[in-house]
Order: sequence, then structure tokens, then C-alpha cells
Amino acid sequence: MPHPMPPLSIRAYTATSALGRGLDAHADALRSSRGGLSPNDFSSAPLDCWIGRVAGLEDEPLPAELAQWECRNNRLAWVALTQDGFMDAVRDARERYGASRVAVLLGTSTSSIGATEEGYRRLDHGRMPEDLHRPVLHTPHSLAGFVAAAFDLEGPCLTVATACSSSAKVFGNAERMIRLGLIDAAVVGGTDTLCDSVLFGFNSLELVSGEPCRPFDANRSGISIGEAAGFALLERVTDGSTGPLLIGYGEASDAHHMSTPHPEGLGAEIALRDALARAGIEAGDVDYINLHGTASQKNDDVEAALVARSFPATTRASSTKGFTGHTLGAAGMLEAAITLLAMRDGHVPANLGATTPDPLCGPQMAWTAEQREVRIALSNSFGFGGNNACLAFARVGEPA
Amino acid sequence: MSAALSVWVKGVGLWAPGAADWHAFCEIVAGRDAPGTEGRPMADVLPPNERRRAPESVLLAAAVAGQAVRMSGLEAAALPCVFASAHGDQAITDYMCATLADTPTELSPTKFHNSVHNAPAGYWTIATHCHASSSAVSGGETTFGAGLLEAATLAVADDRDVLLASYDIAGVGPLGEMTATTGPFAIALVLSPRADATAVRLDITPSPGNSGSQPTGDAWLDSVAASNPSAQAIPLAHALALARSTALRVAAARELDIHVDVELAA
Repeated sequence: MPHPMPPLSIRAYTATSALGRGLDAHADALRSSRGGLSPNDFSSAPLDCWIGRVAGLEDEPLPAELAQWECRNNRLAWVALTQDGFMDAVRDARERYGASRVAVLLGTSTSSIGATEEGYRRLDHGRMPEDLHRPVLHTPHSLAGFVAAAFDLEGPCLTVATACSSSAKVFGNAERMIRLGLIDAAVVGGTDTLCDSVLFGFNSLELVSGEPCRPFDANRSGISIGEAAGFALLERVTDGSTGPLLIGYGEASDAHHMSTPHPEGLGAEIALRDALARAGIEAGDVDYINLHGTASQKNDDVEAALVARSFPATTRASSTKGFTGHTLGAAGMLEAAITLLAMRDGHVPANLGATTPDPLCGPQMAWTAEQREVRIALSNSFGFGGNNACLAFARVGEPA
Repeated sequence: MSAALSVWVKGVGLWAPGAADWHAFCEIVAGRDAPGTEGRPMADVLPPNERRRAPESVLLAAAVAGQAVRMSGLEAAALPCVFASAHGDQAITDYMCATLADTPTELSPTKFHNSVHNAPAGYWTIATHCHASSSAVSGGETTFGAGLLEAATLAVADDRDVLLASYDIAGVGPLGEMTATTGPFAIALVLSPRADATAVRLDITPSPGNSGSQPTGDAWLDSVAASNPSAQAIPLAHALALARSTALRVAAARELDIHVDVELAA
């Protein structure tokens, strides 16, 4: 087991998803248990499902000086970066520490592959059309490259692409680099946008529901795919630090199967124990868990059993994918932001979408919203390839 | 200035066009052999049925990872692993984009789950029963340096031996013209945070600016180095193969190199 880690200060954070732009839009939707899923109007050929789409991106090009990065994924990242004073916080960190002392560590599953797909739909004599002749887009590193360029940052810059755990794992990358003194601050987070690869890909695996997803419902029928961007600025805790804390994280592998989780949730449980150990807390200290809860049959079976056997009933748990859809590589960061909001507002989000609880679920499940103090909270993110991550946060002022 | 990170190289694996493993590469570098005609990468860690079906990126990554772990004498099951690749499996991405453009509902589910950037990490951890953390990263054109920095950071921060595998395959189709990767290459290192008198030590320090690539002067090595982003490991591999203490700079990000002092075992 790892040693307890010094907590990190979350100096700023933000999220944009089908629930809206920025933290207040998310807090409002969560408070009123109002979801953001809508009938699919995105895929290039009809696909009968529901999606979590961010409205208006089509009409909002990037600033001219960033035009070479133009694509839906980077647009969504840009929209998110401009919320909640996040850009000012990053510029301030760059000013204080220097461009080479601030890292950009971002998670994504498909990055700007939507632009590559578009190029293939309108090839010019078998080649990428002229307007998409931009190599920076046709790589998983497009998002992190874009964000580093947008802030003119010159520190370590890394894309983590471990499917649906991607933007949770980057908190760990940042913690290690800060603890070892390689950097003083890190922009972490992630972005994934709707694209044919994931809509038709998950459809080919028969994992997509024809109705809005119902996490942990006994009659759930699969996932709804969404898009989101979110970011956080992490720094060391100082005397003047305000804001919430990252107190732990855990990462582990299932070693079981490429596209289905370990039947006993072995990797997920190791990631959980690892996160608790780094945070120096016990399961009973946890007030809220934002679950991975995709509404796929197997994920929810495994995760429901893990929560039921690991936590007391005083720990509350819910999946918020019924609000946003499964935002894949962005889910770790989006749900970290939702978890931080739960602590900020003393509001446990409802497990939206479920009407008939899966009998595997324990008494921890918050089927409807609850007003309650949340001092310490976890967020679970599990990905294809058996890649598991768990993040632990504390509200400001709470000792880790 | 003291190094930010010191790690000891417990194992090396390599596959390049003309060199099927680390030993063959060392023989070529030493002038005892010429680049040969290699076959498919030998990923003998994978079970035979997986090996037959695995995409090229998985074979390449698993082949070099297997070599490095074998040399280290460590148990793969206990090693956290970092799989780095600029572009992942470009052949699958090309297939996906072409299929999505024409017949999207006919997309192969197997190709889809093999298209994730962490497919090699997934297959590797399954084959080796590894429950430690596994990651899949990209640093674009500076992927090798970014991956080396990440793996060394993980080793020192968590005080654990760590497996790094950096791989890229040749680009194909319209995507291949964008990525400009002209051939496959992969390298793996098992890095230990603990002093080992019999192992080469790497002292790694981030250093602002990009100094550009350093040609080795050998035509074959330099052509391999230019073929894909993971092959930016060639100057380091060259130093390790010659067992020569030296100092290198490896690009790790835009305007960031890592300075690597390669110190031979005493």
C-alpha cells in the first residue's frame, strides 16, 4: 500500500457538459435533478439513442490566433477554459512560477478524432482535404498540445488516454510531479466530444441504450454517450490556500478482459484501497462517492457490489451519468467537478434515471438528492482494458 | 545542479526494422552484424491465440516489454507500466475512419475495442496478471521523452520498479500522410529507483528549451530515429548498447527537453 500523500490545493476548477457551461450551471441542474440528455441528433447516420450534447459549439470558432487547432474537441475545451475564472487562475500560476514550471496533464479517449473522421468523409483524391491538412489535430495529443499552446506553457505536457479513466488518472500524474519538485502547478482535466468513433463503436459492442441511461436500475439497458470538458489547477497547499483539496488517488488494473470489468471488481477495489491509503482515511470517513455507474449491465453489477461490501450506510453514493451521459475520457474530470460541487454545496446528487433499484445495491445509494454535509468524497472512474482510478477529495478546512 | 530523478536501467527491449530484439540491436551498433530482415515482433508474453489476433501496435509493445522484463529478472505482475505512443494503432484508426465514412453501422466491435490507446496496456496486464497501475500516454512528436519523464517520475515518486514501453507503427492512408511516421519502432525500459551497482544509471532533469535531435552519424540508426516519435529513443538506445557514459537531451514537450546523464555501472 502507498504512503499517505501531502494534499494538493485545487486552486480553480470548472466543467462544461450537457448540463451547461461552468460550475453554476452544473450546480443548478444537480440541485433540481434536471438531466441534460436528448435524442441523438449527432451521428453521421441515424443511430437510435440518447446523447449528452453541449449546445452551440458549431457557432463558436476558436480565436483566430488558435485557428490551426480548430475542431469540435478543442472548441469544447476552449469553452470550458473560459468559465469560472479558470484562464485567469492559470495565467496567474504561469506568472508566479514561470512557463516551464506549470504542466499540462490531460485525459482524453478520442481527442480530436472527429476531425480525422470528417477528413475521411470528404477525402480529396484519397488525401486529407486541404482545410484539415493540420497534423496537430490528427493525434491523441491534440487536446494537450492545444491547451499548452493556448496558455503558452512550457512545462511537461502529457496526454493520458486510458479510455474512461483518463482524466481521473491525470490527478495522479500531477501529484507525483509536484511532490518531486519537477513542477509547481499543473493544469489537469480532460475533454471528449461526440464523434462517430464512439457512437458507432459502443453501438457495435451493443452497449448503447435506446433510452436515456438508467445507472443501477434493475432494468438498465446500456449507456448514453455524452461530451464534456473540465479542468482543475493543482498546486501545493500553502498557508494562504483556500479551496478544496485532492487528498488521494488510486490506480490499478483488472488484468481480466479488454471490454468487460473483472467480475469481482478486483482492479476497482485495489484502486479504492490505494486511494484511501494515500489519503490516510478509512472507508467510514467517506461521506459521498460519485460512482462510475455507466448503466452498462456489468459495470453497475460490479460497482454496486463493491460499494455495498466496502462502505457503511452513512456513506452516500450515486452515479451522475443520468444527468450528463457517459463522457468517456472526460468523465473523470467532469465527475471530479461534480464531486467538488457536492462538497461545496452540501448536496448529494440524485442517481438520476433509475426507478427500480438493482437488488445488488446497498443502502448507500442516494436514489434521490440529499442535503447533507460532505467533507470527504471519492470519485470512481473505470475504463476499457481494465483500467481503474479512484480520486479522493476533502472540503476546504478539513484535515486529510 | 543535482538531477531531478535518478533511475537504474534493469532491462531493455527493442524492436526496429532490421533488429528483432535488443541483442540484435547491440550487435549492429557494435559493428558485429548488419541490419537484418526481421519478421513480426515476437510477443511471446501473449497467449498464442491473442498473439495471432493482436493488432500490430500490441505485438510491438508487448514484444519489447517482454524483452525488458525478462532481462530485469523481475515479475511483470508486480510492475506498474507506462505505454507511450504518439499515435497509437494508426492502422486501426485508418480502418475506423474509412469504415465510419462509408458504412458506419458495420464497424467491427473488435477493431473498436482494439482502437483504444490503452489496448497494449490492457493486453499486457491481462497476459501478465498485473494488477498494478497501467497507463497509456502520448506526447505527440515528443512522446518518447514525455513517456520517459513520466515513467521515471512514477518510479521515484512511488519507490517502485516501473516498465516503460514506447512504440509507434507506420502510418497508413490519409492519416499516415498527416502523422508522417514511416516505419515501426519500439523500445522498453525497466526503471528502478533503487541503486544497483550492475545497472546503468540515468540522471534525468527537465531543462527548458528544445535543442533539436542529435544524429548518431550512423545512416541506419539515423533513418530509424527519423521514422517515428518513439524512435527518438535511438540516441539513448545507442548509448546503452555501447555501454558508454554520455549526456543527452531528449525532447519531452514543446520548449522542454529532459537532460539525461547516462552513467555506466562502476
